Amino acid sequence: MKYVLLLMGNLADDRCGETDDAPGPEEFMAFDAALEKAGVLAGGFALTDPEEGTSLTKADRDAEPVITAGPYAESREFVGGTIVLEVDTLDEALVWAAKCPGAIGGRIEVRPLLDL
Amino acid sequence: MTHRAAHEDLPADDVLARVHREEHSRLLATLVRRFGDLDLAEDAAQEAMESALRTWPQQGVPQRPLAWLTTVAKRSALDRVRRDATAARRLAELHLREGATVAPSADAEALVAGDLPDDRLAMLLGCCHPAIAPVDRITLMLRFVASLSTAEIAQSLLVPVPTLQARITRAKKRIATNRIPLTVPTDPAERARRLPLVLTAISLIFTEGYAATSGDTAIRRELTDEAIRLARITHRLAPGPAEPGGLLSLLLLTDARSPAREDAEGIPVPLEEQDRSRWDATLIEEGLELVREAAGRPDADRFTIQASIAALHAEAPRFADTDWAQIVVLYDLLLSRGEDPVVRMNRAIAVGRAQHPADGLALLEALAGDPELMHHHPFHIALALFQDETGNPEEAAASWRRALELAGGAAERQFIERRLRSLGEAPTA
Repeated sequence: MKYVLLLMGNLADDRCGETDDAPGPEEFMAFDAALEKAGVLAGGFALTDPEEGTSLTKADRDAEPVITAGPYAESREFVGGTIVLEVDTLDEALVWAAKCPGAIGGRIEVRPLLDL
Repeated sequence: MTHRAAHEDLPADDVLARVHREEHSRLLATLVRRFGDLDLAEDAAQEAMESALRTWPQQGVPQRPLAWLTTVAKRSALDRVRRDATAARRLAELHLREGATVAPSADAEALVAGDLPDDRLAMLLGCCHPAIAPVDRITLMLRFVASLSTAEIAQSLLVPVPTLQARITRAKKRIATNRIPLTVPTDPAERARRLPLVLTAISLIFTEGYAATSGDTAIRRELTDEAIRLARITHRLAPGPAEPGGLLSLLLLTDARSPAREDAEGIPVPLEEQDRSRWDATLIEEGLELVREAAGRPDADRFTIQASIAALHAEAPRFADTDWAQIVVLYDLLLSRGEDPVVRMNRAIAVGRAQHPADGLALLEALAGDPELMHHHPFHIALALFQDETGNPEEAAASWRRALELAGGAAERQFIERRLRSLGEAPTA
């Protein structure tokens, strides 16, 4: 069973990457290595800052796409990266999420991958 | 299987009703462990019960009803899996994962051994998984551990049946989609983290029934009984830690006062005026024994402290004999575990009794800005009582009126109106 860890950050949080408590890149690399070693890593990616993104939306099926610079303005939360885990139960996924450096001052959303 | 000897002379219907009440949740939990699928387990348990209803009246009640039901239910679940490709695929996955635990030979041994495992702790912990919303935890426990029907749960939680059904469907979907394990966590630290959620859910079920301000009394009564039953199961299945015993004690000592809580017209009787001879002595005795045991353990926490407070009330022959100084100490202990405005309020009341009403009043007045207490009618009642006792009948009347505005139930309102009249005030403005 695949679970995706969505590593969420918050634009309003000025600590994001700025304070001593914030996890550094080496911690994320160590976490990745631990997942690899345990044989549960099934994919994932890290993202550039949300302001580097471009949003596209269509009001309905036939509408022209509207393209704007940056993230969706109403939302303060953004996805900083994802990790895909291959484990048996939510509990196992949660054990890994608790070890993920992204949880510190951020939020990890654990979502089962839709099985199509 | 405590009723093995007792059921022999009873009609099959009675035995079945009792088995359903006492053993249905065990049956269900066993099936969930075996098949890892809540829907399949529920259907199979239902079919086994129906099968018993058909055969027991003619063929007699089997020696060991639960073992009989378990065997029939497992057979029916396997039949269904063979018919249903989706279930088969799901189960095949389980076979791969768990291998030996689903091997059929194990069943035969379990039945011969005569000792069926009690899987309900896994259900209790599963229903209270932190990934399930608190309101859903209560519902799932009532459905799958207390074995109440959807209609009964809807009635007792005062929600419409479709709402309750939707809640159960949503929670079950969440369990299935996320693959939330309905198992006892192997990590002792995780078990220790999970148990308080179970105890809190049980205490919420009790409060839901005990503090009822509306609804059918008999149905609400059912809710307090179910909470006590769940607390007993938890205490029996997790005898190590202090808190399950503390919670059970708290519920028993609180429930013991039920016969004296209302007068003949159903109007609440405050603690100081209750006829203590009507308190249930058997429940008190059991509650006191449990709290003595729990309080001696190093991990005693909130529920044990609250049970200790309830014990001091239970042990006082008259209201005037209450050891209020000790109760203040216990409330302080409770507050040291976390701030809570209602606990602060209760502490203030205890101080007012231990020392002088004016001391209690001063502490209550200092809490008057708290947004939660402002809308909590017992807070205004407490204010009114101390204001009256310290010779301020006008202020007391104002507090009673504020309490009247906030009180929800008709009986409670009548109680407050009676107090207002005794102060020479018209109850309605």
